[in-house]
Amino acid sequence: MTNKTLTDFEKQIAELEKLIDNLKQKALDTGVNTSEALEELQKKRDDLLKEFFSNLDAWDNAILARHQKRPYTLDYVRNIFDEFIELHGDRLFADDHAMVCGIGNIEDKQVAFIGQQKGRDLKERQYRNFGSAKPEGYRKAMRVMHLAEKFHKPIVCFVDTPAADCSVGAEERGISEAIARNMMDMMSLKVPVIAIVIGEGGSGGAIGIAVANKVAMLEHSIYSVIPPEGCAAILWRDPSKAKEAATALKINAESAKELGVIDDIIKESLGGAHRNADETAENIKEYILKCIEELSPKTGDELAKERYDKFRNFGKYIEN
Amino acid sequence: MAWFNIENKKVKNAAQNLPDGIWTKCPGCNEILFNKDLEKTLKVCPKCGYHFKLTFQERINIFFDENTWEENNTNLETGNPLDFPEYDIKIKKGILKSGLKDSVVTGHGKVRGHLVSCAISDFNFMGGSMGSVAGEKIVRTIEYGIENKLPVIIFTASGGARMQEGILSLMQMAKTSGAVLKMNEAGLPFIIIMTDPTTAGVHASYASLGDVIFAEPGALIGFAGARVSAQAGVGNTSKPDDFQKPSFQLSHGLIDGIVHRKDLRKVVAKFISFAMEGEK
Repeated sequence: MTNKTLTDFEKQIAELEKLIDNLKQKALDTGVNTSEALEELQKKRDDLLKEFFSNLDAWDNAILARHQKRPYTLDYVRNIFDEFIELHGDRLFADDHAMVCGIGNIEDKQVAFIGQQKGRDLKERQYRNFGSAKPEGYRKAMRVMHLAEKFHKPIVCFVDTPAADCSVGAEERGISEAIARNMMDMMSLKVPVIAIVIGEGGSGGAIGIAVANKVAMLEHSIYSVIPPEGCAAILWRDPSKAKEAATALKINAESAKELGVIDDIIKESLGGAHRNADETAENIKEYILKCIEELSPKTGDELAKERYDKFRNFGKYIEN
Repeated sequence: MAWFNIENKKVKNAAQNLPDGIWTKCPGCNEILFNKDLEKTLKVCPKCGYHFKLTFQERINIFFDENTWEENNTNLETGNPLDFPEYDIKIKKGILKSGLKDSVVTGHGKVRGHLVSCAISDFNFMGGSMGSVAGEKIVRTIEYGIENKLPVIIFTASGGARMQEGILSLMQMAKTSGAVLKMNEAGLPFIIIMTDPTTAGVHASYASLGDVIFAEPGALIGFAGARVSAQAGVGNTSKPDDFQKPSFQLSHGLIDGIVHRKDLRKVVAKFISFAMEGEK
């Protein structure tokens, strides 16, 4: 637990970086050698970041996972994929802009891709429905996953959603059925499936595309059965107790790993993925390639069986 | 009351756990009802048809052929895997309120002569919520059905995944949905009866994957509860009058039918004979 909030800390870092920029500018303008002072300041910044980030609690991770500058699915796709082609529509009702699907190359590997997409400004946020996919999004995702299976290609899923859409329209078109069917059908896929939580892993909206052979989380992402605010509102009738709820729910990557629910944690750049999206993308890419390497030699039946057995065994209970 | 005569033998035990006293006020029509009359009508209001929630024991008494029910998986108990605050107390309260160790009871019994594997969730244990124990018991019920080549019937009554087990509860959604796949591969019938309420993590997993899905009249059925949709900011949008009610589910093609409690045995038995009899 840290005394200073993440937001305050980021302000302090921003001030330091302004100073660093000023020094750089001064060196350019006047020709004065500022390199020593620069190095000192940069070291100070990195030390501060290291210290603060070695001590994050679950709520800090929730703030980072929802950070307004956090890289979203397409920010990474641009970095990781060559020749990415988006595939649209569920063939039943609509094309869901909160769920991006497509095919592309990661180095020499051809993969199918599914990813939940948030928007950055107000207009884009509305276009992406705040990253909340509707039934048509889940059905499009499943359609593309079956396409990958047909052509024996691995599937990569990026999870980043506060929750599935729960509007009247989503209920009318069976959002529950869409999520349930995805989880069931993903169990049977005869190709490697890799799921990575890159930001928010919000409940059913997340697991609806995350039944995978390998499940990983970015270092500062969160994965939860309910948003901490919702949990606090229900349990303590007080949404402002979200911080306590985040801790109790164990929504951070480390806890998910300890509980055996995820396989791996992917490192982010120091200070969070938003401070260096390229570096974080490189780590994600490396992880995907490593997983494909590991999973590709297995037969389709092995892959489906291993995936099923993994999920079959989730849960902790007492058996007398 | 012809149906009452047909199912006469069942109703004797139908409603053991009515509130103390002689009278019950119907939440549907405010009619004051004799508890004795309510017992005879399988806890359905004779005036407006309101279906009272049933305890697991009432469900067993009403649904299965007399003395055919045998409970299994009684050895599973809930721990507190996340050390979630006050969870231990909530479990103890749930045990006291429901007489169960967790929200799901499993076993096997006969419906009009057909042996079935069955799970029943009881709303009295923490709102029927699904944590590790409930998920495991649902899966074992399905596995029992597959091992013994039996139909599987699940009565759902749940507010969703159990918060207090965090991400482990979320994983029960995938785990139970996966088990339904095995049911499909085995070619055995998987029957869902949605009772009041069937929402959130349970609705968005095995409950929506039945070969056939029937709902009891009046049941609340849907993905998001009122509190969740309010949090998401869609609480105030205009909704149809029957939003998340069985008629809404039926008109949008999401369930096969709305079945009165008195007709459940008949409908389920008919589907089982359709699925299990004749050439394979």
